[in-house]
Amino acid sequence: MAADESYPEDLKYHQEHDWARVEGDTATVGVTWYAQDALGEIVHYEPPEQGSSVAKDESYGEVESVKAVSDLVAPLSGEVVEVNQALVDAPETINEDPYGEGWLIKIRLSDSSEADGLMDVSAYRKLLEET
Amino acid sequence: MKLIYEKSKAGRRASTLPHYDLPKAEVPEELRRKRAPRLPELSEPEVVRHFSALATRTFGIDTGFYPLGSCTMKHNPRVNERLVNLPGFRDLHPLQDEDGAQGALELMWRLQEILAEVVGLDAVSLQPAAGSQGELTGLMLMRAYFADRGESDRRANVFVADTAHGTNPASVTMAGFKLQKVGTDERGNLDLEFLRANVNDETAGLMLTNPSTLGLFDESIEEVARIFHDAGALLYYDGANLNAVCGISRPGDMGFDIVHYNLHKTFSQPHGGGGPGAGPIAVRGILEPFLPVPVVAGNGERYRFDYDRPKTIGKVRGFYGPFGVFVRSYAFIRSYGPGLREMSEAAVLNANYLLARLKGTYDLPFERLCMHEFVLSARNLKREHGVSALDVAKRLMDYGYHPPTIYFPLIVPEALMIEPTETEPKEALDGFIQAMHAIAREAAEDPKLLKDAPHNRPVRRLDEVKAAKRAIVRYQFDEHPDMRGEPAEGEAVEAQKGA
Amino acid sequence: MAHQYLSLTDADRDGMLEAIGVSSVEDLFRDVPEALRFQGELDLEPALSEPELVAHLSELAARNVHAGQELSFLGAGIYDHYVPAVVDAILSRGEFLTAYTPYQPEMSQGTLQAIFEYQTAICELTGMDVSNASGYDGPGVAADACYVAKHVTGRGKVVLCETVNPQVRQVVKTYAPGFGVEVVEVAHRNGVTDAHELQAAAQDAACVIFAQPNFFGCLEAAPDLAAAANDAGALPVAYVDPVSLGVLEAPGAYGCAIAIGEGQGAGNYQAYGGPHYGFIAARRDFIRRMPGRIVGETTDMAGERGYVLTLQTREQHIRREKATHNITTNQTLLALGGLIHLSWLGPQGLRDVGETCLALAEYAKERLDLPLVFPEHATFKEFAVHAGRPADDVIRAAREQGVHPGYALRRDYQGMEDALLVCVTEKRTPADIDRLAEVLAA
Repeated sequence: MAADESYPEDLKYHQEHDWARVEGDTATVGVTWYAQDALGEIVHYEPPEQGSSVAKDESYGEVESVKAVSDLVAPLSGEVVEVNQALVDAPETINEDPYGEGWLIKIRLSDSSEADGLMDVSAYRKLLEET
Repeated sequence: MKLIYEKSKAGRRASTLPHYDLPKAEVPEELRRKRAPRLPELSEPEVVRHFSALATRTFGIDTGFYPLGSCTMKHNPRVNERLVNLPGFRDLHPLQDEDGAQGALELMWRLQEILAEVVGLDAVSLQPAAGSQGELTGLMLMRAYFADRGESDRRANVFVADTAHGTNPASVTMAGFKLQKVGTDERGNLDLEFLRANVNDETAGLMLTNPSTLGLFDESIEEVARIFHDAGALLYYDGANLNAVCGISRPGDMGFDIVHYNLHKTFSQPHGGGGPGAGPIAVRGILEPFLPVPVVAGNGERYRFDYDRPKTIGKVRGFYGPFGVFVRSYAFIRSYGPGLREMSEAAVLNANYLLARLKGTYDLPFERLCMHEFVLSARNLKREHGVSALDVAKRLMDYGYHPPTIYFPLIVPEALMIEPTETEPKEALDGFIQAMHAIAREAAEDPKLLKDAPHNRPVRRLDEVKAAKRAIVRYQFDEHPDMRGEPAEGEAVEAQKGA
Repeated sequence: MAHQYLSLTDADRDGMLEAIGVSSVEDLFRDVPEALRFQGELDLEPALSEPELVAHLSELAARNVHAGQELSFLGAGIYDHYVPAVVDAILSRGEFLTAYTPYQPEMSQGTLQAIFEYQTAICELTGMDVSNASGYDGPGVAADACYVAKHVTGRGKVVLCETVNPQVRQVVKTYAPGFGVEVVEVAHRNGVTDAHELQAAAQDAACVIFAQPNFFGCLEAAPDLAAAANDAGALPVAYVDPVSLGVLEAPGAYGCAIAIGEGQGAGNYQAYGGPHYGFIAARRDFIRRMPGRIVGETTDMAGERGYVLTLQTREQHIRREKATHNITTNQTLLALGGLIHLSWLGPQGLRDVGETCLALAEYAKERLDLPLVFPEHATFKEFAVHAGRPADDVIRAAREQGVHPGYALRRDYQGMEDALLVCVTEKRTPADIDRLAEVLAA
């Protein structure tokens, strides 16, 4: 079952429809409800390697529906410290729970000030209205 | 319906083979097959019945109207099948000495001459197996040409339109070039301003379909060619839509330097459920030294293979190309002779007639006359009734038509890409028009009828999400899973295509 | 009169032009710039009626010497195996012949199920998990395997054994620069590949391609070659003859990552080199890197079994410049011919064909009484002999007596001036071989 539309208050948002939950020097990263809805049912998650580095605004992996491929864009820079391996077997979790069990990777941030450049929920909602 | 493997029964076989009274020869033990492949075991009547049943679950041009845009699903003349099965063609070994293959060589030489004339270029190689291999060959010719001029390090970029078939960008990558995307203006032509600003001495060339996948002839093609040629770059013509312009306008005259043909589209090789095709290429004289080997050479009396081409890119396919396709296409073109123009005229007339009758009911994104095909949008039905292009396509099946190409080109939302071809009678077009109008009415009155369509095919809509997630791509005998009765994992989704 | 393949009458045309709102067909082309409109008629020969077409092409066909006219021992990649009548009958069904790629599965269950069955047959023959719906030909799928291996391993070199069909090697070399891979060849030692040399060459290679049987007809120590590649971290790729796989071990059983080959011998006529089909099959690990169409099983809305094109995000129409390949149109009808032929044979029939070829080849070696070029090695259906004088002269002389004795290996291998590659399929009889011996002895 796909989740209902929502955008949690406590997250930071990137214009490519990614979210980040920053806790100290780490961040949990995923895609927003809007992104998973646009893509449709996700059938494949191609994660990065644990220990690899990701750069803000650049692709670190892919998700696929039956009809489309979407690059995953890192909202922040750092090292991948954990990958949500459960999604490899059950990628539909991203549709079902995009902000919870559907998280994609955890990053140890190389520059925590980068988070200041991300949108808060009201700015992101505004972006969606304009889209 | 059961798989052929599920019908298998040990002890049956359809084949009989000669038996010679010779000593048995064994393969060395360590190289010998240990476990026999589980091929089906059936008698001949069962084999025939199985495949006949599969045939009845398949819709071909012979079955009915098949307006699959960009695929040119025209009638396949049956005389061509008789000709390709002449033993002199069918049972000829490709390594037969040239003096024992003069008829085959002459046929290829004649076809080369004809194809060059049709596009207005100088030399032809028949070798590529399909359009996409023709594209790759053309791009390798570009590379060889620039290498010969000492410019290959610099000329890294190839421009491709956003309306292009996916093969174009995929070919650019496989040939080792970098892709530059170029947009479409409000009339459906290439974005000239963008090209003027970005085409330079790092540009290798342009790949373009003209008319485009929107079915529109690029009105600025002369200026486009000038921009690329002034920068020292080359123009590649994707011949997917050549059916629109035979005898009407020649790619060589438009300024293209390399052309590929899809013999299975324009020149009536049967599509065979997905192939074979053939993708010969033609080039301007400056590119001739780089053509694949061998080149078929002749003087009207004697024909031979020329391997002595020091600048060749090499071989792109085994032997000389898909010869059987050449036989059919040669026969097809000879049936028209100089009147080949009639073919393209009828194709364009049929398309414009459909367009004229359908455009009030479905949205038309570019208000122009079309060439051999056109693109409508079902966005009006989606907006007003929640019915998608996919639903329209599936409902058409209930009316006995193969659906058009849908969701392509990518720049048109809810796209329906319709190509009737020249061989359809007006009655078939009128029947299709009536069905499309009826479906638009049904969308308003009973949208569920469309969403649940098709209703009378051997299967209902299929769960593509489950197919992709489970990825069961072969029969697994005793371990084969039974997915029947399992809950659906996904709704039917928009099926895109690439011609 | 309208052309016979066109269906519009003058009255139809007038009515249609009126509906469109133009006064002539010429007006439909107003978007074509004036200067680009082709003037006059194409310079083509006059149109032919159907009887004239048949006469003209029959005359061309009659100037070819085909397998029914000459006793031929030509092989070298394309083989005169028997094609059963059921193949012709089923492939001429209009539904199979005139459909296209099964984009709309509800219209195409027959094609889709047939491809699924074909994929299964190829996997069974090769011992692999995944096959695509077909590639262009043997050389083409060899290039495809290199592209897969490059992306799987991230390595920039491929190794080809010199005993692989020269056409295959030539085609791989043509595509390699665009793929960004370097090609290294390993010379043969007395007709086969040395595993130690192969292992040395395979360091840092994406894949190694060897042939079983090889171009000389010799059987390679294929398990050793696969192990050598695996030890070097390169993917072992076996180029195999489908007709041999009733008697020769499946590549999947000796550690190969990918199995490829030319399918022609199973279900296709020689047809002067095409169209035929290439097959490519791999271990499950590489399913997302496979080129081209793949059919998968699923269920419909009512829970019934059905088939669709699947994993399409690999392909050019979705992934575009990042696609695993640019292939679209493939060789489905020819692959269907392969499936029908293999279904006609069944497991026992396939084995019988293989054993017949083996036995006839041994009989021929004995009857010809010419020195074998590589006497140490077992062969399958082809073998090389020293003809004792230039092979081209031998071929010319034999052809004058209605026998084509084989392929001159000097065309591809230096120093093999008198070497003749002789092929015997199940269609050649002991009496045919006796005749060959007689002609070569003369």
